[in-house]
Amino acid sequence: MLRMASSFPEEVLEHVFSFIYDDKDRNAISMVCKSWYEIERWCRRRIFVGNCYAVSPPMVIRRFPEVRSVELKGKPHFADFNLVPEGWGGYVYPWIAAMATAYPWLEEIRLKRMVVTDEALELIAKSFKNFKVLVLSSCEGFSTDGLAAIAANCRNLKELDLRESEVDDLSGHWLSHFPDSYTSLVSLNISCLGSEVSFSALERLVGRCPNLRTLRLNRAVPLDRLANILCRAPQLVELGTGTYSAELQPDVFSSLAGAFSGCKELRSLSGFWDAVPGYLPAIYPICPSLTSLNLSYATIQSTDLTKLVSQCQSLQRLWVLDYIEDIGLEALAAFCKDLRELRVFPSEPFAQEPNVSLTEQGLVSVSEGCPKLHSVLYFCRQMTNDALATIARNRPNMTRFRLCIIEPRAPDYITLQPLDDGFGAIVEHCKDLQRLSMAGLLTDRVFEHIGNHAKKLEMLSVAFAGDSDLGLHHVLSGCENLRKLEIRDCPFGDKALLVNAAKLETMRSLWMSSCSVSFGACKLLGQKIPRLNVEVMDERGPPGSRPESCPVEKLYIYRTVAGPRFDMPGFVWTMDEDSALRLS
Amino acid sequence: MQLVFVGGGGAAAATTASMSTLSREDNAAMSSEDSSSPDEAELELGLGLSLGGGFKNQQVAVKNQYARILTAKDLPSGVSASSSFSSTSSSSSTLSRANATAGTKRSADSVSAAPNGASSQVVGWPPIRAYRMNSMVNQAKSVATEEYSSIIGKNESKTAVLEKTNNGSNINNSKVRTSLFVKVNMDGIAIGRKVDLNAHGCYETLAQTLEDMFLRPTPTINSIRSSAPQHNLMVEATRCPQLLDGSSDFVLTYEDKDGDWMLVGDVPWGMFLSSVKRLRIMRRSEANGLAPSLQERNGRQRNKPI
Repeated sequence: MLRMASSFPEEVLEHVFSFIYDDKDRNAISMVCKSWYEIERWCRRRIFVGNCYAVSPPMVIRRFPEVRSVELKGKPHFADFNLVPEGWGGYVYPWIAAMATAYPWLEEIRLKRMVVTDEALELIAKSFKNFKVLVLSSCEGFSTDGLAAIAANCRNLKELDLRESEVDDLSGHWLSHFPDSYTSLVSLNISCLGSEVSFSALERLVGRCPNLRTLRLNRAVPLDRLANILCRAPQLVELGTGTYSAELQPDVFSSLAGAFSGCKELRSLSGFWDAVPGYLPAIYPICPSLTSLNLSYATIQSTDLTKLVSQCQSLQRLWVLDYIEDIGLEALAAFCKDLRELRVFPSEPFAQEPNVSLTEQGLVSVSEGCPKLHSVLYFCRQMTNDALATIARNRPNMTRFRLCIIEPRAPDYITLQPLDDGFGAIVEHCKDLQRLSMAGLLTDRVFEHIGNHAKKLEMLSVAFAGDSDLGLHHVLSGCENLRKLEIRDCPFGDKALLVNAAKLETMRSLWMSSCSVSFGACKLLGQKIPRLNVEVMDERGPPGSRPESCPVEKLYIYRTVAGPRFDMPGFVWTMDEDSALRLS
Repeated sequence: MQLVFVGGGGAAAATTASMSTLSREDNAAMSSEDSSSPDEAELELGLGLSLGGGFKNQQVAVKNQYARILTAKDLPSGVSASSSFSSTSSSSSTLSRANATAGTKRSADSVSAAPNGASSQVVGWPPIRAYRMNSMVNQAKSVATEEYSSIIGKNESKTAVLEKTNNGSNINNSKVRTSLFVKVNMDGIAIGRKVDLNAHGCYETLAQTLEDMFLRPTPTINSIRSSAPQHNLMVEATRCPQLLDGSSDFVLTYEDKDGDWMLVGDVPWGMFLSSVKRLRIMRRSEANGLAPSLQERNGRQRNKPI
């Protein structure tokens, strides 16, 4: 074997490796032997770091000297729901600074839940001559000034995507910083920005970029300007409208309808803020070819929604508010046989009583009618074990199942039993389930089901569930492929965590907030397992100032080869050998 | 079934190296606790740590009952978690529709005690991204400001009744409580916070919440045990907040849409909601010269964004 490996010249191996893109495959290749490790590391062009603190920039650069594309993720997922206090971390600047010198040919940066500053954006703009792709997903910390620097300097920019980032929106003027000579835009997503960009600058930009295929406008773009923009980009494949509301005027309607008809390649629509039913028919001509529709900001009612989805026979992905109701979901099940992903968001998440007739039945209908449905996010107010079992039997191909019942700890509303058996059915039947979020009243039994059956599960989200440490123990000891576990408000304490400590090194991260893990246990974990960072977040003050048995507010444990981090704010403490000594 | 420290599910060979650093005492400590209550059929993790018998009580309490949502702030320091579980699982349920939310504790940031008994808010629940929440708020905001500007005083309803007037659409009137999170920073404190402005209907309760967040010293064990109402973040104002009445060294200011810093409290609440971007608790000494009133503000030159 050894002789075979060394008999190929490096160039041949490198050429072969150049066809391997998947990270896991690349990692496997690099473990075959030392020479393959060496060859592979010189030709890896793309790296993905799922937790920016799991490794340090110098370590990455040392191993992979010729990287062209970097993807980093920062804060834990629960940061989306305001559970991670401000200032926790996830700063991208150290990465940009290191890469500015090490990777002058870097082309792509994709960031999720990281803190990006204008300084970082300016450094990107001036350091990477061939910079092409910037995706900032749920990021924060920068302003439109940083965007201006990108627009002005990145001559080869193809993609600028700000999805759901929190931008300090100083003005819309940044868009005008794209020089007139700039024509390479392929994808622009500014839907999260509040301020108005200059419409004429936008129209000229769109008009001079022939390769533009994705354009997601922000709310400030009024409906009566949409037609003009569309006419300049009939090649668009993905469009996010601005505000989809205006006084009904025949000429505005007809030019809009005409513009949409002209976009023969359009496959994905989003936006639709404040959508007015009167203007919906403008998109009817392109509905049959739509594969993706995001109506989750559209406050239109069930009748109009039903009429709309009934025409989208090619639909693969639908995001919608619960205004669609059970009746709309039945229509979806009847007409959209190619549906793969459904997300239903609550229109009034804080209302005490249901404001729409959306129940478990809607989801059951879709699970019956759509054979390819494999990804679900569903907010509702009631659920039964029977419904869940039916869904499970209908859709054994389910890979992502996230259910949220608005009221925590809600039982099966008919039998008043916990929903253990329903979710048990899901994990039993859906053998390829990768991601699960549970809801409702749940005891330790559901975790037993999960531990026994959910062998492919990679991410689990748990809230207000379980009775004892047994629950956590079942998951940690049974779910072989578990990578991310996030738990809030569950009675899980030290026992299960300490017994399954070794498991934590095989996972990316564990989040536990408002549980019963004691400070003593955190210290123990931090001391005993060097390649874990055990971070305790407590806004009440240093955990050492309270007894060891006192539970910590929030706990974030992640594996790392970079050791403890040093950019933590005052309310985060790392449990390691040194700090444990200092704090006790 | 024996529980052993080494070898949690799926542990790779690589980790056994780190396992060998564990002392035998640790192993012994873990497994002896387990064998203290050996129940083969149902693995009962007998708890050697101070989280004692409260778990058994809790198992009963949880079923078929909307148990309280406990967050860390509810667990008094120094008291073991179990006793707080057993005591609080029988106390008034936050989510029980029958009970009003009087006197229940909840975590600081997102608070609402709607007097009509609607479920009170817990941080981050339902799990909807802040981005989406704020989008929903912006839809409702323009209508809400008209509603709010007619609300004066402390005892108003905290939920907004919204009448959406989309052309041709017929959305039911219902009580809506979406979030409006803004950042709050205080001079001299590195950690910023976020507060949900829609949890309040007036300046008094907002100021009170901010005072609790920033100006109260961290509660000690004794103070928590003896004064449970201290954590009572009911939205009814029971005292005049120092931040508003001028008795504190700090004043409450906000940055508006135009980037100007204004004193909080001068414009009608609804107007404030529609223009506030973020808050800052400023030292009084630095706050001189802040435009206190609408008239002055209109008179000043402003750079409009391009």
